[in-house]
Formats: sequence, structure tokens, C-alpha cells
Amino acid sequence: MKTHQFDALIVGAGGAGLMAALYASQEQRIKVAVVSKLYPTRSHTGAAQGGIGAALGSEEEDRWEWHAFDTVKGSDYLADQDAVEVMCREAVDVVLELEHMGLPFDRTPEGKIAQRRFGGHTRNHGEKPVRRACHAADRTGHMILQTLYQQCIKNQVHFFDEFQVLDLILSEGRVAGIVAVDIATGEVHVFHTKAVLFATGGWGKLWQITSNAHACTGDGTAIVFRRGVPLEDMEFFQFHPTGIRGMGILITEGVRGEGGVLINNEGERFMERYAPTIKDLASRDVISRAIYLEIRDGRGIDGKNYVYLDVRPETVNKHLAEAGETRRIDRAYIESKLPDILDFCRTYLGIDPVEEPMPIQPTAHYAMGGIPTNVDAEVVIDAQKTPLPGLYAAGECACVSVHGANRLGTNSLVDLVVFGRRGGRAMAEYARNAEFPPLPENPAAEALAELEQLRNADGGTRVAELREAMQDMMMTCVGVFRDAACIDSAIEKVRELRAIYDTDLHVDDQGKVFNQDLLDAWELGRMLDLAEATAVSALCREESRGAHSREDFPKRDDANWLKHTLVFRKPDGRLEIDFRPVVITNYQPKERVY
Amino acid sequence: MKVTLRIRRFNPEHDARPYWAEYIIKDVAPTDRVLDLLHHVKWYIDGTLALRRSCAHGICGSDAMRINNLNQLACKALVKDLVKGDHGTIQVEPILGLRVIKDLIVDMEPFFEHYRSVMPFFVNDNPPPDGEFLQTPEQRARFDDTTKCILCAACTTSCPSFWANGTYVGPAAIVQAHRFIFDSRDTAAQERLAVLSQEDGVWRCRTIFNCTTACPRDIEVTKAIAEVKNAINRGGVD
Repeated sequence: MKTHQFDALIVGAGGAGLMAALYASQEQRIKVAVVSKLYPTRSHTGAAQGGIGAALGSEEEDRWEWHAFDTVKGSDYLADQDAVEVMCREAVDVVLELEHMGLPFDRTPEGKIAQRRFGGHTRNHGEKPVRRACHAADRTGHMILQTLYQQCIKNQVHFFDEFQVLDLILSEGRVAGIVAVDIATGEVHVFHTKAVLFATGGWGKLWQITSNAHACTGDGTAIVFRRGVPLEDMEFFQFHPTGIRGMGILITEGVRGEGGVLINNEGERFMERYAPTIKDLASRDVISRAIYLEIRDGRGIDGKNYVYLDVRPETVNKHLAEAGETRRIDRAYIESKLPDILDFCRTYLGIDPVEEPMPIQPTAHYAMGGIPTNVDAEVVIDAQKTPLPGLYAAGECACVSVHGANRLGTNSLVDLVVFGRRGGRAMAEYARNAEFPPLPENPAAEALAELEQLRNADGGTRVAELREAMQDMMMTCVGVFRDAACIDSAIEKVRELRAIYDTDLHVDDQGKVFNQDLLDAWELGRMLDLAEATAVSALCREESRGAHSREDFPKRDDANWLKHTLVFRKPDGRLEIDFRPVVITNYQPKERVY
Repeated sequence: MKVTLRIRRFNPEHDARPYWAEYIIKDVAPTDRVLDLLHHVKWYIDGTLALRRSCAHGICGSDAMRINNLNQLACKALVKDLVKGDHGTIQVEPILGLRVIKDLIVDMEPFFEHYRSVMPFFVNDNPPPDGEFLQTPEQRARFDDTTKCILCAACTTSCPSFWANGTYVGPAAIVQAHRFIFDSRDTAAQERLAVLSQEDGVWRCRTIFNCTTACPRDIEVTKAIAEVKNAINRGGVD
């Protein structure tokens, strides 16, 4: 077994991890490294499409305070407003910083960063949609990921590519390192560190239909959960309204930002009924529910479980004219603004969105909840927000909380870069002043034992069978709509699956080199932990708020539930729930209408 | 429909040399991806099959493979485009020119070493403006095509010049250099052109166009290489 020593270590090389790495490595007096299970440019930040929100005002008047209000309203008033203010204020500066790093944003005729409309982003507290999403065609995430990785190369950041993190090492009440396996050789490594920042992304793979990559299995979140850190607001998981039917591949909200509309089987633009003011640009939770309700009432296309997203120029122009706007679009415009969307539809559906509407259905997309942190990305471990020294988290795996019960489109990318930057700075400062904690004896013993047990698992159930059972169960009972009976059955089911995982799993590959069979099994173990935490949190919250829609409790209940959920895993495996108040500064909760 | 999937297999812990294994897969839909078939084998027939993949829709660049003798992403190659009729064979093997580690996984390090050699990062050491660097839509359009690159290596490993001589930087690295050379905000074009005018730079390109055919992002790779050659000949970008 190899042991390395770094002052600060970042796990995950998507947007948050790379931003943290750039900032931490600017501190010359410390040694920094990044560990990632994927080659960095394979990270899921690269799949983000439509834009990154910042009140630059390139195209029309905008203010970061309006962005903050929209974010709070979008969150159904569950976001911590002090954190939202930090994010929306710094968004402006960090987007310019990305541009200075070379990010090739689209441009306005004056040469400024181009901005487009996006769901829930409005002028002056909900008056009308505003152009706030800074974009590079429909591959903004790709450009952010590439740009940050390029800068990491320029700054000679030290990477351990294709290393799977297995465990977090704690010693004397603080972080002492991580355990990881070199996927190419199967060799287990111990990284002795003062500070660790998890930037390990989301866990959309808990659900059957998802926009998420195969890698999005929530490893970092599950690891810290097993080490006693609570998880916050796990019941809030966003379903993006527009995934390609049956496949879940994301179709950016930018399609609607450019003028696309949702259409039911009767040819009706049904969002006019659900969100009279901003219609198809309402928040994602609102639209996903509307689609489900249309389908439930028999107005899915041909009575089936999907609706159409229509961005044909004639449709868009008709609605622009109705809205009294002078702007008109054509094929060339759509080709230049949404090239990847056209490519996905042509490749996978054999249809051309310029000629035909796209069949879409909601797709599991984004974890609002996760590892609780403060605005410096320090992980906090109780309702009093006590930090765990040396432990940091940023990006989708973390819960600051800036997204509350529902994230606005573009704010994931804002979150990544703002809190990745803050986390990188904070961990560097901590690592510069802290001493190395002693490593416990045999720090990798538990991780090694688990790997060996899995490697030799010769029961009768394949990893894929268990994973699919979990994904079906989560889709059915912990999806867009929920109720107590169904969530109860999901909790029972996930515990059954866990028992099978522990006693009857089968792994084919006993080798060392690229043993993905073994690591798939290991990842499934993490996902089962997160599925249970999600379902237990969802059962507990007896109200409907944002992405958490309880049919047995259809109303938001601020008197009892204006608070964050914290779920703890006890050493014996039992889950316990606690709560933390929401931070409210400027915006008192009120009814949420779009 | 039924597909016979022929996969070039190699496990360094067991096998002295690679071999072909065949798997018969039933109930295949014409719109299934080759990645779906590989997953079927890996998940339900033989878990030891190794391949890289992540996003499964052509954005992360993990799963470039040689499918029916052409480099493609397994997640963008659909069965209906490879098999006609009710039954056919699809052949999948690792991309060529890089050392095979296990099954469809190759050693990507030489590829990324070439990538790093062309200064694939934005350079402008002037103090940044208060706002953004201004750039007209026309200036931005000048290098749009090459910003699409996902570093999948489909182009480089389809190039006969690269197969013949692995020291050639290859099309992907040139595409990455192009993205900065033609960016009006960048100031290091000359340094990149100097790297690419060397023996292992653009002149090893014989304009075979395999790279353009192979690119899953529809980048006009050969054209980008030609533009870099022209810039070298002219002594710089206009």
C-alpha cells in the first residue's frame, strides 16, 4: 500500500473540484492534489447546457438582488438567504473571472457576454423574464469544465486520475486523509492530509430515468454519511421537466429560454394554466408537476407518459408575436444557439426539432440536498452548524443551502464556481496553519476489508439486478409525487435490497486491473445508503414544498416545516432526523405563484 | 432483432494476447446504442468486461471505440445504423495506436501528453479589464468549431500518420491549439505555432480526412489543421 502526504486534497474534478484546486494551489506554501475517479474532462459538469446565471446586465437591466430574490422564491423559501446573497453577488465577479480564463461565451453585437432567459429568472421580483443566463451555445458546462481544466494544466495542478475514493480518515476529531484505489492497478493508496474537499457531484443514478452520467453515484456524500456527518434536505431531488422520452437525456431549459413551449395532446400550451405570468419559464418543480398532471388527466401525447417541447420557428414566432415582442427566430438561429440539442434529437430520436416537436418527460436531475456546509464550504455536523475541522464540500454533493427545495436553472454552475472558489481558499488557509494529524493505525483496514468481501461475493444476485430494483422503486415512490404509503414501501424495499447486497451479491471479476465489476458493486452500496436517507427524509417531511410533493400533504406548511432536515446515520445503521432553522434575511415567505 | 456482438477482449491478468469473444443478444431495439449492448454483456453476461463510459450521450468523451472498423463513441452509435435486417454482427475493439490495458480500455496518457504539449490553455498576461474582454460575434465564430472538442481521441486514433508514428501530436492536439490560436483574446499564438511547426507537428498530417470522419462532434478537423498550416506559412494569424 502506498501512502502520500498532501496538505490539502480535493476529491472530484468537475467544476467545483477544479475551481477549488485552482484556488488552493495558489497558496505556494502547501502541497495540493486532486483525486478523481474519472479523467477530469469526463466529469458531469461537462453535460450542463444552457447557461450560468449572473446579473451582468449585458442585454437588459439586471441586479444581483433580483437574482437573489428569484433564487429564494425558486427554493420555495427553504434556501438560506445569507448564502443566496453571497452566491448571487459573487456570481457576477466569478463569471467575469471565467471569461478572463478564456471561457468562450457567446457574444452580443457589442462584444459582451451574451445572456438568455431561463426558468424562474425575472426582472424586479417576478415582473417578467430577464436575460441572465450567460452561455456558450448549449454547451456552457462543457466550456466551464474545459476552461478550468486548461487552467489547472497551466498552473501544474497535481492530479491522480482514475482513483476511486473509498473512505474518509478522521483522527482526533478532525480530518486526517482519505483512502482511494488506483483503478488501473487495483492498488489501495492512503492520502495523509490536513484538509479534504469533497466535490463528488450528485446521485441521479438512484432513479431509473435520469439526465445524470453513470458516474453520478454520490460516493463522497455517502462516505461522509457513514463517517457520522449528517445529510441535509435529502428529500429534495429535482426532476428536470424536459428529458428525452425514455432515455432521460437533458434538453436544456434554454430551449424554452429561446422561446420553445410545452404542448399536450390537445395541442394546448398548458403552462398558461399553471403559471399565467411566466408560463413555460416557471420553476422546474412547477413544470414537472404540471407535466405529470397533464399525463395523469389523459393529455399526454397519444395518452402516453410524455408531452411535446416545441421550438419550431413558426411556433416560437407565433408566441413572440402574441407577447408583443418584435424578435423573430429562424432555423439558422436555432442551429447556432442549440446545436447539441439538435444533435441529440437527430441522433437518438431521428427527429429534427426545427421541423418536429420533441417528445419529453421529466428526468431525475439534481440533488438540492447533500453534505451540509457553511458559505466557506466548511462541512458542519449538527443543527448548531459546528464545523468538522479540515472537512470541506462544494458543488452538487454539498448543501449550503442555496437551492432549498428547488434549484433554479443555471444556479448549479453558479454554485460550483462560487463555492468551489470559496472552499479552495478556505482549505488552503486552514492547511497552511494546521499540523498534520496523526494517521490512525491501519487507516485503510475497513475499506480494504469491504473491497475484499465484495471481490469474493459469490451469491446469486447480480449488481445490475439490485441496482435496477432500487431505481424502479425510487422512480415509483420517491419521484415527482409522493405519499406516506408508497415511501414506506420504498424504505422497506431498500432495506430488503441492502440485506440481499450484504448476503447474496455476485461479483464476476476477482482481478485487480480495471475491476469495474467490483467498483460497480461498491458504488451500489453507496447508492443504497443515499436511497434510504432520501426516503426516510421524504417520509418525515409532512408538507409539499419545491421538489417534494406529498399528495397526502399537498400544502406548504411554514408553521411546522420552514426548516432544514438533517438525517444522521448512527453506528448501528439506524437513521435519526433532526432539524435546523432556515436563515431569512430580506424575503419573508409568501405564496409562490409564477 | 438479434445482434452478435464481437468484442476484442484482453485481460492482462489472464491472457497472453487479445482474442475475439462473441455474445448473442436478443430483443435488441434498432435505436439501442452500442453502449447499451456492451452494458447488457457487462451487467448480465460477463461482469469482467471493461470499458470507459460516463455520460452516455456523447459529451464526456469516455467511450471512443473502433466499431465495425470506424472510430465512434459507443453511446452515439445506434444499432440501426450498423445492422440491416433482423440479425447482424457488430464488431467492437479498442481504438488503435494506444496500448491496450484491458478489453476496450487503452492507455490514454500518450494522447494527453500530446494535448498538454500545445499549451492548451488561454494566455493573456495583460491586466484583465474591469468587465469582460470584448469580442465580436464574428471573432467568436472564428474558433467556434474547435471549442466543441471533448478529447475522446477518436480523431487521433483514426489517423494513419499517428498509427505510423506515435510521436506525431495528432489531430486532437492541433484542434485544441487551433481553439486558442484563433481566439482574438489570446496572445500566445506564435508560441503554439512554433510547437506545431516542428517535426512532430502539423506537417505529419497527410490530409487523409479520417479524423474529420471520426469526430463525433462533427468538428471539421482536417480544415482546422489546414488553417494552422496556413498560419505557420504566413507567419501568424491575420
